[in-house]
Amino acid sequence: MSAILLGCGLLSIGVTVAIIVILAWESWGFFQEVSPLEFAFGTRWSPILEPRSFGVLPLVCGTFLVAAGALVVAVPIGLGAALYLSEYAPSSLRAVAKPVLEILAGVPTVVFGYFALTFITPYVLRPLVPQTEVFNALSGALVVGIMIVPTICSLCDDAFRSVPRSLREASFALAATRMETSLRVVLPAAFSGVVASVLLGLGRAVGETMAVTLAAGMTPKLTLNPLVSIQTMTSYIVQVCFGDTPAGSTVYQTIFGVGMMLFLITLLINVIAQRVMRRFREAYD
Amino acid sequence: MNPDASHFGSSIAARRFWSGCFTLVCGLTTLVGGIILLALVIQVVREGWPALSLKLFTKFPSVLDPENAGVKSALFGTLWLVTLTAAFSIPLGLGAAIYLEEYAAKTRLTRWIELNIANLAGVPSVVYGLLGLTVFVRTLGFGRSILAGALTLSLVVLPVMIIASREAIAAVPASLRSAAFALGATRWQTIRAQVLPVALPGILTGAILGLSRAIGEAAPLIVIGALAFVAHVPSGPMDQFTALPIQIFNWCEDPGQEFHRLAAAAIVVLLGVLIPLNAVAIGVRAWYQSSKKVL
Repeated sequence: MSAILLGCGLLSIGVTVAIIVILAWESWGFFQEVSPLEFAFGTRWSPILEPRSFGVLPLVCGTFLVAAGALVVAVPIGLGAALYLSEYAPSSLRAVAKPVLEILAGVPTVVFGYFALTFITPYVLRPLVPQTEVFNALSGALVVGIMIVPTICSLCDDAFRSVPRSLREASFALAATRMETSLRVVLPAAFSGVVASVLLGLGRAVGETMAVTLAAGMTPKLTLNPLVSIQTMTSYIVQVCFGDTPAGSTVYQTIFGVGMMLFLITLLINVIAQRVMRRFREAYD
Repeated sequence: MNPDASHFGSSIAARRFWSGCFTLVCGLTTLVGGIILLALVIQVVREGWPALSLKLFTKFPSVLDPENAGVKSALFGTLWLVTLTAAFSIPLGLGAAIYLEEYAAKTRLTRWIELNIANLAGVPSVVYGLLGLTVFVRTLGFGRSILAGALTLSLVVLPVMIIASREAIAAVPASLRSAAFALGATRWQTIRAQVLPVALPGILTGAILGLSRAIGEAAPLIVIGALAFVAHVPSGPMDQFTALPIQIFNWCEDPGQEFHRLAAAAIVVLLGVLIPLNAVAIGVRAWYQSSKKVL
């Protein structure tokens, strides 16, 4: 019996190995045709239309434009809500707010894409800034930000709640107000937990696919203007796969090159997040 | 610490005032999640209402005729996918969780597996799509079938399943195990007869949350080549398929207003399944956690 169960556990390692091997193998074929230097530092991405060019920077730039915007939305909201839930809220309000956040986390990303396209862009962004394009990075960033609020909020809430009560009591005893205690005692004490939650949120934002494909468009562009249509790494993969691309062609191979890039970036973010989180757990457990 | 003047500069009244403002701001940010959820639901119901009819469930998708388009094949596709995904991912996830909680010694291998699962949970779902495309669709030759889709989705939700099951198993009091061992039960007998029954509500909650994620996933299915227009109900696991989220994506992509209405109606159907499902799972867990304190 224990052998079968061990097999289940080992399967997860098998999956990781398979991901790495497949991405490396398929992008090897791609890098036979396109030089890795052109891929990594080229500033124009046009794998289908002539003249073809395979510089991945516009996709990376689009991805981080959306992800950074998402963090600008999600970090204040997630932190504020987590502070409120752990430091202020009565337990009856917690009992309502936490499930609501969890249901929000369970809404499929394609639904958020629809929401960005048919509500946020036409009814929120365009009345404010009329020159906003139909597809724009900002609406993508806003919905992705909302999507990662539950991740950041619940991890920060856990971090704040594991700060020992005695620290707060000491602070109150020195006549600090609740705000001073929250911001100058609880927040610094839980800081590595907060950093880990933000990193995990960033990892999700970078890998987010359907919402950004619908909201932010499919025009690879090296720009920091959030009001125009861009393309992220994930939405490029979806765009190619949604069409009929013959296996083995260069265009088909590009999705593995881009997939490799995406995998490495999210892996790096997640590994750092795990490390920070472990340090935080060691501090208080 | 060297107290400087600024520490004593502001009056107590001002500090209290700012503290009150801060409480208010934090309280308001807590409401944001709920407000957005409400706005989202109102928007899809308002837009989708005209297209919500029996026709939606009995017609197949169409690009040409929005008046006579529906989600029949997508609904059946999603049903097939979620059934097969459950059959693959629940036993595997539970097996890994039991191994890690009940059998594994604290070796380097165990730590490796744990770290690996945490990292897999952070791998974007499109990347799983690329894995499924190469392994299930092409190497194993399953084609763009329901089976390939369900296997891919199983890999996507596996980390979530393992983590949730582990939490449920870890919450079972150690005294139950000690009692079983004291009566001469083997490890497996203890797990089967004592640990699993107590952990069951938590395991089920994790399974429901994992499966509802599978229901909402579109990206990995699009990557393995699921089609948008399938004008028949799948007849078996090797058949081609489409699924609700793919249908929604496709209708959203269409610039036509009437297609957006169809997308909204399909979202109402999707959320009509997912929100109650999640609410029940979360409710069961909350009830179970509060009753466990008595135990």
